[in-house]
Amino acid sequence: MDVATFLIQCLNALQYGLLLFLVASGLTLIFGIMGVINLAHGSFYMIGAYMAYALAPLAQAWGGGFFTALLLGVVLSVALGYVLEWAFFSFLYEREHLQQVLMTYGLILVFEELRSLLLGDDVHGVQPPEWLSGSIALGDVMSYPVYRLFVSAVCVAVALAMWAVMTRTRLGMRIRAGASNRDMVRAMGVNIRLLYRIVFAVGVALAALAGMIAAPVSSVYPGMGGSVLIICFVVVVIGGIGSIKGALVAALLVGLVDTFGKVLVPSVAGLSVYLLMAVMLLWKPEGLFKAG
Amino acid sequence: MHTFILSPRALPVLLAFGVLALLPAVLPGFYVELAMKIMILAIFALSLELLVGQTGLICFGQAAFFGIGAYTVTLLSPEGEGAALGWVLPASLTAAALYAVVVGALSLRTKGVYFIMITLAFAQMAYFVFHDTALGGGSDGIYLYFRPVLKLGAWQPFDLDKPQHLYYAVWACLIGTLVLLAVLLESRTGRAFAGIKANEQRMRAAGYSTYPYKLGAFVLSAVLAGLAGFLYALKDGFVNPEILSWHHSGAVLIMIILGGLGHLRGAMLGALAFTLLQELFQSQAVFGSFAKHWQLMLGLTIIAFVALMPRGLVGLLQRGGRHG
Repeated sequence: MDVATFLIQCLNALQYGLLLFLVASGLTLIFGIMGVINLAHGSFYMIGAYMAYALAPLAQAWGGGFFTALLLGVVLSVALGYVLEWAFFSFLYEREHLQQVLMTYGLILVFEELRSLLLGDDVHGVQPPEWLSGSIALGDVMSYPVYRLFVSAVCVAVALAMWAVMTRTRLGMRIRAGASNRDMVRAMGVNIRLLYRIVFAVGVALAALAGMIAAPVSSVYPGMGGSVLIICFVVVVIGGIGSIKGALVAALLVGLVDTFGKVLVPSVAGLSVYLLMAVMLLWKPEGLFKAG
Repeated sequence: MHTFILSPRALPVLLAFGVLALLPAVLPGFYVELAMKIMILAIFALSLELLVGQTGLICFGQAAFFGIGAYTVTLLSPEGEGAALGWVLPASLTAAALYAVVVGALSLRTKGVYFIMITLAFAQMAYFVFHDTALGGGSDGIYLYFRPVLKLGAWQPFDLDKPQHLYYAVWACLIGTLVLLAVLLESRTGRAFAGIKANEQRMRAAGYSTYPYKLGAFVLSAVLAGLAGFLYALKDGFVNPEILSWHHSGAVLIMIILGGLGHLRGAMLGALAFTLLQELFQSQAVFGSFAKHWQLMLGLTIIAFVALMPRGLVGLLQRGGRHG
């Protein structure tokens, strides 16, 4: 592997890792704060990707374009999360993990079939907007797709925004407090139900946003939610459940291992992240970072 | 065990097995095939019931052991003749057990949600082995052309190529599994499982080393799942990676919840109910072209079920009673 390939793969690993972080952070946020294990989280990623596919021509027709579609998608997914929390997840807070697993598994089946009914079972490619397509030269011999850099940039921006909200705002303070002591926060007069609903909607939007911006890179296909969900589990297990920082570190690690696994040992590439998980479990069964 | 066989609670179970024994004589082939499928899934569900219902370990990767059992017999059978049953059956069960020792040793270092996610992830790893490599024919799967043969010298007590013989072999395996678990759960070990489920902390304080019990339950459960997979490969004569997929792990989890957690009968009842529901939703006669989207109905049913009937079918049929 020469230096140029190595650098390009590093950028790919970074982009994939950051994208995983976006999905996994929603998963771990929802678990860490509400104690709900949500198998349907991968479906939100899938819904995002299909929204990118479905909204693109619509946005074009309105003369809006890429950012309009993205914004519309985020608004729709926040709304979806808000409604789902109200309709299904609010019943799950007091239930056992097993029942949460089952109900969210049922939701996966429903989402998959609704997707199949509404948009079919074909694999679709999604074009990046014109001003983000093409490559830029890095040095003399290398070039790198602009769109992938854009994906990384969006992820970094969202991560920074999340960090700022969690540590610098009153909402973030309440969320953190609600995670560690629900009853105390309620006693202080905070509307915990509303708080949960917001967190859940944000979690859904994070996954959907990841799906939307990933669509031009990875195309849009049935079953994409499931594969992302399992990788996110690996990320969350390695990072420590409920820890956003852990999710970031673990996602970058998984991105690195997966990307270089595919390049160096293609025959067992699918296994590399699971081997990583096994090693991490031997070393730190509770994950890299304790929740908080 | 003697207490169980003689108790009135055993009567419906004995009756059910009697009815199952008579089915091939009275029903057309399609229904006998369906009954065989249900019995195999009942073994699969019982294997998970041991883990989830009796020991309190929520495993979301049970399909991996099922699939390993199914793939092992298929891969070990030569193309031109049936393999010796006396060696492929132990080999299949051992393969499932070995994978369970590794996965169990790693995932039992954690608990709760971690355990759920890790068992799922490791099952997915096994799925990728069969899906992405040429080992088992990739995503297309492979055929089992000849069923294993049991020969003692020149004498062949039964021939699994005959549908009736295969049916009764499955029937006997289900009874064997049920009796094994019933005896085990009545024993000291079974009490220890129940104690771990109720309060592991207290079990440790009482001087039990809980880890070997949990690993033991995990491995035995995998062996039984492997047995179910083995029989499944014999029945269909074909395996593909989908039997290791997490949808299959989810399905068996639904079976035991559907039937009622904490009861061996519940697991069998759940396998029956789940398979019949699936047949119903897939039936073009009932749902027409919408039958293609049967998973939508299944999903909605699961959601409604979790919301409305957390105690399962057994809880609906009768109140009280422990396992059995």
